[in-house]
Amino acid sequence: MAGNATFRIWRGDPVSGGFTDYVTPVEEGMVVLDAVHRIQAEQAPDLAVRWNCKAGKCGSCSAEINGMPKLMCMTRLSKLNLNEPVTLEPMHTFPVIRDLVTDVSWNFRAKKTIKPFKPRTPDNPDGTWLMQQADVERVQEFRKCIECYLCQDVCHVLREHHKHDEFIGPRLFVYAAALEMHPLDIEDRVIDLRKKHSIGYCNITTCCRKVCPESITITENAIIPLKERVVDRFFDPLKTLFHII
Amino acid sequence: MPELQRFSYDVLVIGAGGAGLRAAIEAAADGAKVGVVCKSLLGKAHTVMAEGGIAAALANVDDRDNWRVHFADTMRGGQYLNNWRMAELHAKEAPECVRELEAWGALFDRTKDGRILQRNFGGHKYPRLAHVGDRTGLEMIRTLQDHGIHCGMEVHMECTVLDLLMDSGRVAGAVGYDREKGHFLLWQAKAIVIATGGIGRAFKVTSNSWEYTGDGLALAYRAGAELQDMEFVQFHPTGMVWPISVRGILVTEGVRGEGGVLRNSEGRRFMFDDIPDNYKSQTADNEDEGWHYTQGDKNARRPPELLTRDHVARCINREVKAGRGSPHGGVYLDIAWIKERLPKAEEHIKRKLPSMYHQFMQLADLDITKEPMEVGPTTHYMMGGIRVDGDSQMSTVPGLFAAGEAAAGLHGANRLGGNSLSDLVVFGRRAGRYAAEFARNNGSAPSIDEEQLESVTKAALAPFDRGISGENPYQIQYDLQDTMQGLVGIVRTESEMEDALDKITQLEARAGNVGIGGNRQYNNGWHTAMDLNSMLIVSEAITHSAIIRKESRGAQFREDFPNKDPEWGKYNIVVKRGEFEGEMLIEKRAIPSIPEELKAVIEEMK
Repeated sequence: MAGNATFRIWRGDPVSGGFTDYVTPVEEGMVVLDAVHRIQAEQAPDLAVRWNCKAGKCGSCSAEINGMPKLMCMTRLSKLNLNEPVTLEPMHTFPVIRDLVTDVSWNFRAKKTIKPFKPRTPDNPDGTWLMQQADVERVQEFRKCIECYLCQDVCHVLREHHKHDEFIGPRLFVYAAALEMHPLDIEDRVIDLRKKHSIGYCNITTCCRKVCPESITITENAIIPLKERVVDRFFDPLKTLFHII
Repeated sequence: MPELQRFSYDVLVIGAGGAGLRAAIEAAADGAKVGVVCKSLLGKAHTVMAEGGIAAALANVDDRDNWRVHFADTMRGGQYLNNWRMAELHAKEAPECVRELEAWGALFDRTKDGRILQRNFGGHKYPRLAHVGDRTGLEMIRTLQDHGIHCGMEVHMECTVLDLLMDSGRVAGAVGYDREKGHFLLWQAKAIVIATGGIGRAFKVTSNSWEYTGDGLALAYRAGAELQDMEFVQFHPTGMVWPISVRGILVTEGVRGEGGVLRNSEGRRFMFDDIPDNYKSQTADNEDEGWHYTQGDKNARRPPELLTRDHVARCINREVKAGRGSPHGGVYLDIAWIKERLPKAEEHIKRKLPSMYHQFMQLADLDITKEPMEVGPTTHYMMGGIRVDGDSQMSTVPGLFAAGEAAAGLHGANRLGGNSLSDLVVFGRRAGRYAAEFARNNGSAPSIDEEQLESVTKAALAPFDRGISGENPYQIQYDLQDTMQGLVGIVRTESEMEDALDKITQLEARAGNVGIGGNRQYNNGWHTAMDLNSMLIVSEAITHSAIIRKESRGAQFREDFPNKDPEWGKYNIVVKRGEFEGEMLIEKRAIPSIPEELKAVIEEMK
């Protein structure tokens, strides 16, 4: 793979914007972020892009590549059709700051509304705990999350219905699940999950799970078990029956 | 003067990686009003890249381990240029700091009996690294972030500090800009903790992201603080070398800790050919013994692949130069071979090294459970930095503290893997505590020098006045990276470094004429232009220090002085700002003599 490729990049600010085409040389092994950097260095020094580790570990360079939510640093050009222009857009679910950069600060504010970790009393006099690897592994899956917010980007409750004030989205359900299933945690977040964080809005379309660059089984392993906890607490028919009697 | 937003804190922490967050949590717990400024979003700092683990003598896996062994290992690794007080405190306090992370929700891998599991790593005598697969740094930063947001600190995300402000010799605040709007901000503070991490971006091949331009070191230097050990830049032996666009991305030492071996193009395990004398007694002399060590055999000695990073990097460099390298200029790192020794090796590798598996599959189309990786040295870590007091982490400027990679001392001439994450929490905690104390004891808020404020903001906007006809900031950055990589890299000589100094002077002149188009909103070109100031100061300090030290020790290898000189083992090199504009003073500073009881520990462990 050598030669030129065209990148159709959305450029603009909160008020206006549109696509600009950039033609740039490409080589074997390049990822989308490399092409963006080359365009930035050679043609558009003020092109706004957010990135950090360039190794799929920090979750900064999320964007929509040919309409698919992806990390620019982990999307190889060899996986794209370079005979057509490659479209690059900012994530749609969050307000644009400029070009490919969006304002994701809502995620940080929403996270604060989730009750923090609260461990049980230590198991040993030296203040330490004992945990089994199997119990830890279940939660470690959730803690792989790099907070790229691609799952938030595709969630229709946020993307189409803009329920940012009532709903916390898949990333933060994964966070809540990591706390709820933490072997040491004794906090209760079930009421909040139903009332404050509206987990009921999620109708398990699994879009979030499909775009997760860390392959976290968001829907099945995090959201559904949380929904079950809510149902057990509030909608158990037997409990309701006993209550009536 | 351009308008600016003003904030006032007892303690301002610059940087939100492990050290910055730990400092902020501690200062807030001590009752200080704390502000945190970070160049990126919260939780994206380079701490996430740390893979292998956090070193602490918990003795969960080998009960022979204790702080004395950890201390001796750290000093040996640092070739005895370390600040011994920091090495002592670090070894003593690391276990407590790891337990603290667990109490805040970190989930480390477990031993069979349910305690924190520890793994082997280069230069550590016993399995000492608490870890989470190969994503320990992510676990740590997320733990600190999620704990920290409930501790009352105010976080200013995506803000870059341009300069520190002073009031009659003590620190008074910081001025900077936010990326989103390009507006200026002033953070008034009674005490400041610098936790800005490293300088990797001054080099071409690096594992560091765009942020690591040495801002904190340059800020402290300009404020009059002393820098130390700047010649010691760690080149991690195993970075990716192919494809070109991912060159430099880290391949964790954990691969070797799990039994991965280095081979040259002839298939030879070349690390057996060159084992330094001071490590001979602890290093395996045959392949079997090395393998048994990685599998937890307490009577086996470690394989030579797990020698210190400086040494392994140089051996790789030598193989490549001698024409025994891999096709893309590296050597082979092979973990797939363990299938000869282990049943279900494939699953084992995927479980122990998940992100390495993922990284090579996605970026290089290579399955590490089947094929060897190609690796070569990459600029990874700065042992040098701001000279601080070992106990309090205060620099030579009153009220200015430093912790983590930005501070010098703990690692001496070479850092052991795993000692960075523990450095962050041990000294982040100390810096936060003493900064809060300083703020308390120096009650009145210092006053702000409005004139300095105005000149800083004016200078920051100058590139817009010059517009796109000025020098391209990206090009200057590339040229600097080429210079440092080519002339002040793994193998150094005086003449090349003198040449580098000339080039840096020319680049400084070009940087003074840098121009940028567009507006101030999230303008990456402008940000790069601002970062050049720090990178140039740091590069100059590295080069000067490397020229002065006429010996090879730890991370510094001088082709013209290839041997270690005991005389040089008595000194650190200190850099500070001179009286005149642009004048950099370099001096030899005698290392304080080490107390008898610590000397005895080192002797005992030899």
